[in-house]
Amino acid sequence: MKPAPFAYLRPSTLEEALAALAGEQGAKVLAGGQSLVPLLSMRLAAPSMLVDINALPGLGDVTCDASGVRVGALARHAEVLASVAAAEVQPLLAMALSHVAHPTIRNRGTTVGSLVHADAAAEMPMVLQLLGGSVDVASVRGRRTIPAAELFAGPLESTLAHDEIAVEASFPALPAGAGVAFQEIARRHGDYALVGVAALVETDGDDVTRVRLGFVSVSDVPVVVDVTDAVRDPAGDPAARALAELEPADDIHATAAYRAHLVKVLVPKVLAAATDHARQGKDA
Amino acid sequence: MTTKLFGAKVPRVEDQRFLRGQGRYVDDLLHDDPRLLHAAVLRSPHAHARIVDIDVSDVLDLDGVLAVWTWEDLTGPMAEPLPLLIPHPALTEGRTQYALAKDEVNYVGEAIAFVVAVDRYVAEDAVSRIRVDYEYLQPVVGIAAARAATRLVHDDVPGNVGARMEQENGDARAAIAAAPHTLHLELDVERSACTPMEGRGTVARWDPDTSRLTVWSSTQTSTGVRGCVAAKLGLDLAKVDVITPDVGGGFGVKVVHPWPEELLVPLAAMTLGRPVKFTEDRREHFISSAHERAQQHVVDVGFDDDGRVLGLNVEFWHDHGAYTPYGLIVPIITSTQLLGPYKPQNYRVVFESLYTNTVIVTPYRGAGRPQGCFVMERTMDAIAAYLGKDRTEVRSTNFIQPDEFPYEHGLVFQDGRELTYDSGDYPASLAKLKELVGWDEFEDLRAEMAAQGRRVGIGLACYVEGTGVGPYEGAHVHVETSGKVKVATGLTTQGQGHQTAFAQIVADTLGVRFEDVEITTGDTRKMPYAVGTFASRAAVMSGSAIHLAALRAREKALRIAAEALEASEDDLDIVDGVVSVRGTDATIDLGTVAVLSNPLRYAFDEASKAATQFTVGDPGKPPVAEDDEPGLEGKDFYSPPRSTFANGMHAVIVETDPETAEITILKYAVVHDCGHLINPMIVEGQIHGGVAQGVGGALYERMVYDDSGQLLNASFMDFLMPYVTEVPTSIDIDHLETPSPLNPLGIKGAGEAGVIPSAAVFAAAIEDAEGFPITAMPISPSELFALRLEHADDTHATALGS
Ligand SMILES: Cc1cc2nc3c(=O)[nH]c(=O)nc-3n(C[C@H](O)[C@H](O)[C@H](O)COP(=O)(O)OP(=O)(O)OC[C@H]3O[C@@H](n4cnc5c(N)ncnc54)[C@H](O)[C@@H]3O)c2cc1C
Repeated sequence: MKPAPFAYLRPSTLEEALAALAGEQGAKVLAGGQSLVPLLSMRLAAPSMLVDINALPGLGDVTCDASGVRVGALARHAEVLASVAAAEVQPLLAMALSHVAHPTIRNRGTTVGSLVHADAAAEMPMVLQLLGGSVDVASVRGRRTIPAAELFAGPLESTLAHDEIAVEASFPALPAGAGVAFQEIARRHGDYALVGVAALVETDGDDVTRVRLGFVSVSDVPVVVDVTDAVRDPAGDPAARALAELEPADDIHATAAYRAHLVKVLVPKVLAAATDHARQGKDA
Repeated sequence: MTTKLFGAKVPRVEDQRFLRGQGRYVDDLLHDDPRLLHAAVLRSPHAHARIVDIDVSDVLDLDGVLAVWTWEDLTGPMAEPLPLLIPHPALTEGRTQYALAKDEVNYVGEAIAFVVAVDRYVAEDAVSRIRVDYEYLQPVVGIAAARAATRLVHDDVPGNVGARMEQENGDARAAIAAAPHTLHLELDVERSACTPMEGRGTVARWDPDTSRLTVWSSTQTSTGVRGCVAAKLGLDLAKVDVITPDVGGGFGVKVVHPWPEELLVPLAAMTLGRPVKFTEDRREHFISSAHERAQQHVVDVGFDDDGRVLGLNVEFWHDHGAYTPYGLIVPIITSTQLLGPYKPQNYRVVFESLYTNTVIVTPYRGAGRPQGCFVMERTMDAIAAYLGKDRTEVRSTNFIQPDEFPYEHGLVFQDGRELTYDSGDYPASLAKLKELVGWDEFEDLRAEMAAQGRRVGIGLACYVEGTGVGPYEGAHVHVETSGKVKVATGLTTQGQGHQTAFAQIVADTLGVRFEDVEITTGDTRKMPYAVGTFASRAAVMSGSAIHLAALRAREKALRIAAEALEASEDDLDIVDGVVSVRGTDATIDLGTVAVLSNPLRYAFDEASKAATQFTVGDPGKPPVAEDDEPGLEGKDFYSPPRSTFANGMHAVIVETDPETAEITILKYAVVHDCGHLINPMIVEGQIHGGVAQGVGGALYERMVYDDSGQLLNASFMDFLMPYVTEVPTSIDIDHLETPSPLNPLGIKGAGEAGVIPSAAVFAAAIEDAEGFPITAMPISPSELFALRLEHADDTHATALGS
């Protein structure tokens, strides 16, 4: 299948790109193209113009400091995954990214593009949500920062206006005494997960102070559930607590019941792993 | 003396080109020709509808569109339904579609209109401008709906039954009634498809200067395409050439011909006077080529205390989709090949082939055998479980023994001939397999794994495969004056390695260097009589024909060389393209012999000059003797009395995750007997590919239709073809070589084998791991999880039957 006709622009400054978007109601941003191009080819999307941001300067960096990791709009999944500094500041990035698609797709697909694409089956929107990160966006009207909690509007829908470009995402650093873990079950290696679960466990000495879980593919938008109480209660069931807020659904690959079962299987595993991770960090 | 190449692991000559991306596929052709036009097809969005009106008025307004066709624009044979390629007396209600739908559509994807434009983008834009008024009809989706027949696919086909066929040897029902033990099983297999890397594609060019049509098609039968293009377009056969360039996989789907586009592209090329190309895209391939495999089976079996089958009665329902262009080949193969290496004393099989409002069903690698093998092997496992016997023991009890060949089953096979096995040694194959997979040591492994909280299971499955079906294949061998050998055979090649394997045969038979042999396949200009590449027949049919043709060329070479060297033919050897007189140093190059074979001898080259020292021929006779021809050539055809039967046995050890129900392959073992091996590396490659495809069919792939007949997973995102990460990292292979007595080389086909036992062997291993019956394939972790819940209360649910 071939895309319907569209105009194509490859601006070399952000201002030019923003002006083009503002001037064309049907325009869309093209980043790595790994989600958008298939949609165009199947004529599921037919934008009047593509604004290709790949020639924009200064958007390709992955920068790290004590506060966290900042990922530019043109940083590819593969680059973020390969960053040793990023993995040190926030280990969950690499843990999750190794499950995003296949190497060839990670070489082109951008992490910021994945956030804006807002697929509840994608790993990185959930990671941003769990860590409480944010995305900086620009338009002809200026810049703003969208916290993760306000970024995901619905299935495949973010709260960016049509003329906004996401220029950078910020993932907070792992706090001292905290640990993270991620596991997913997919039909084939590199496929979108049937279920994916990440855990962020914060500790103070031997005390578990706060536990949150992030979920992939068991709801319409990335969901984070605070299960601190269920973890601290010896009779508590964190998975059941989480399931109360999830909406696993049937699809052609798995039943809702199987997805719910996988949540029950994965939650204890990631909790144990993240708790271990927190303890290791403390020992080191 | 050169070493024999037949049987050697000669590296594939094709791979240099293929692995470097230098293959030339249909879509690569005429790429730079500015006159080339591109086609796109409007396909039905509905599974079942009447076409009230088609409005194409907006289409030609679009810049770059040259023409649009609907059924109303077709004339003569083009306006008739497409041919029913393989009629059968039992197929009383055969139906085929039109090149473009007339009045009614019967599956999502059926071609309705054909647009030709300057490029594919514009052609697709134009397609989206066509407006069709449909009167929606209730679709029939799936075997249950087809059998219920509360709705009909074709108004004039009652019960949706296209065919009903029954065969019986002995009296199965009486034998079952009298048997000490009986079991009843219900076994289902779902739809899947070939999904070759390259979809369908056709390019056609009409040459007004010579009034000739050239068609390039990604087909498994170029002669078949040529015949139907000529007939449908009303051209003399002599005016049509069909060439098959490199083909990116076929697996059966490309033996179907003519596809609507295969006729419409040449029609457009002739009408518009410009070359036209159609390249199928992936979604089109899913919804408008062909699928296979969906069948429901009911088995009744009677057996004695040893597990010896006394009577077997199988009834099954075959979903053939909306039309039957390929006749009953698939269910006939299931019904006959189901027997595998066994000899049930009494066997009855009856099937109904049913219409549904889905994509047509035609052979996919294995062609009905995977289902048959699933049925028979599940039955063997059920008998073993019922009697508490080892599964290999029950199989051994039922094997045809080596001294019973040729073995007659008393049934009629797919080629209309008696089902008679030519050779095999099933007990020896089983012994090798048990050794290879560690069958007798498995309980130790199970215990060891269980101690670690891991769950494993082992399964095996045996099959016999009729290969090398006739009617014939031919070959032409030509030794040029340079000594180079040009060989043509008419069947096509889809990457199997024919160039290598056939050149090995020629090198040995003729006595030439492998490097000097060039093989051409699938070009009707070179070999107009041919059948095609399917049914694991290329090596058997063309391999044998090439051998025979090379023998003829050799005979002639020896005759001429004997005269030139003044020696007896019996004293001559041909080695590396040089004829020599044994025990002397007298020699003559084959190229020189080729010069001598042609009385017209211009001294163009060294070979011609070298020939001047020899004299051949009787000066008192015409330069070309009455019973001779100029040139050093050999041409011959091979036509076997019946199919030759290869066999094999697979075993797999799987691990099923007690928590996630994920299924992992720990070990996969294959014992394979396809007679003499021309090239063991190529055969093993075929097995590897077949096993990978079988893993897909058993554990990942399916066609998910909803009730309205929409295919929900028509892309590689949701049709889960396994990645390299999902197939076993190693496959242990052992060969047995039981030669076929039916052909000069003693070979049997190997192309389909690897995929045949997959559903059976995985079902057996998963059942062994889980302890409850697996009666439907494919199986996903989600389904295995559901089965676990269903069987949670069973205590020792090991018996498969009831
Ligand atoms: C076979 C395959 C498997 C995959 N598997 C996975 C997987 O397992 N997990 C996973 O998470 N993803 C997966 N993906 C998707 C992949 O991660 C994509 O690359 C990613 O989702 C989108 O990034 P992109 O740069 O390619 O965006 P594009 O495809 O270029 O754009 C996607 C959307 O985001 C918008 N957009 C992109 N960047 C910006 C920006 N800076 N500002 C504003 N709008 C923007 C575009 O307009 C478009 O609407 C898979 C893709 C393929 C093809």
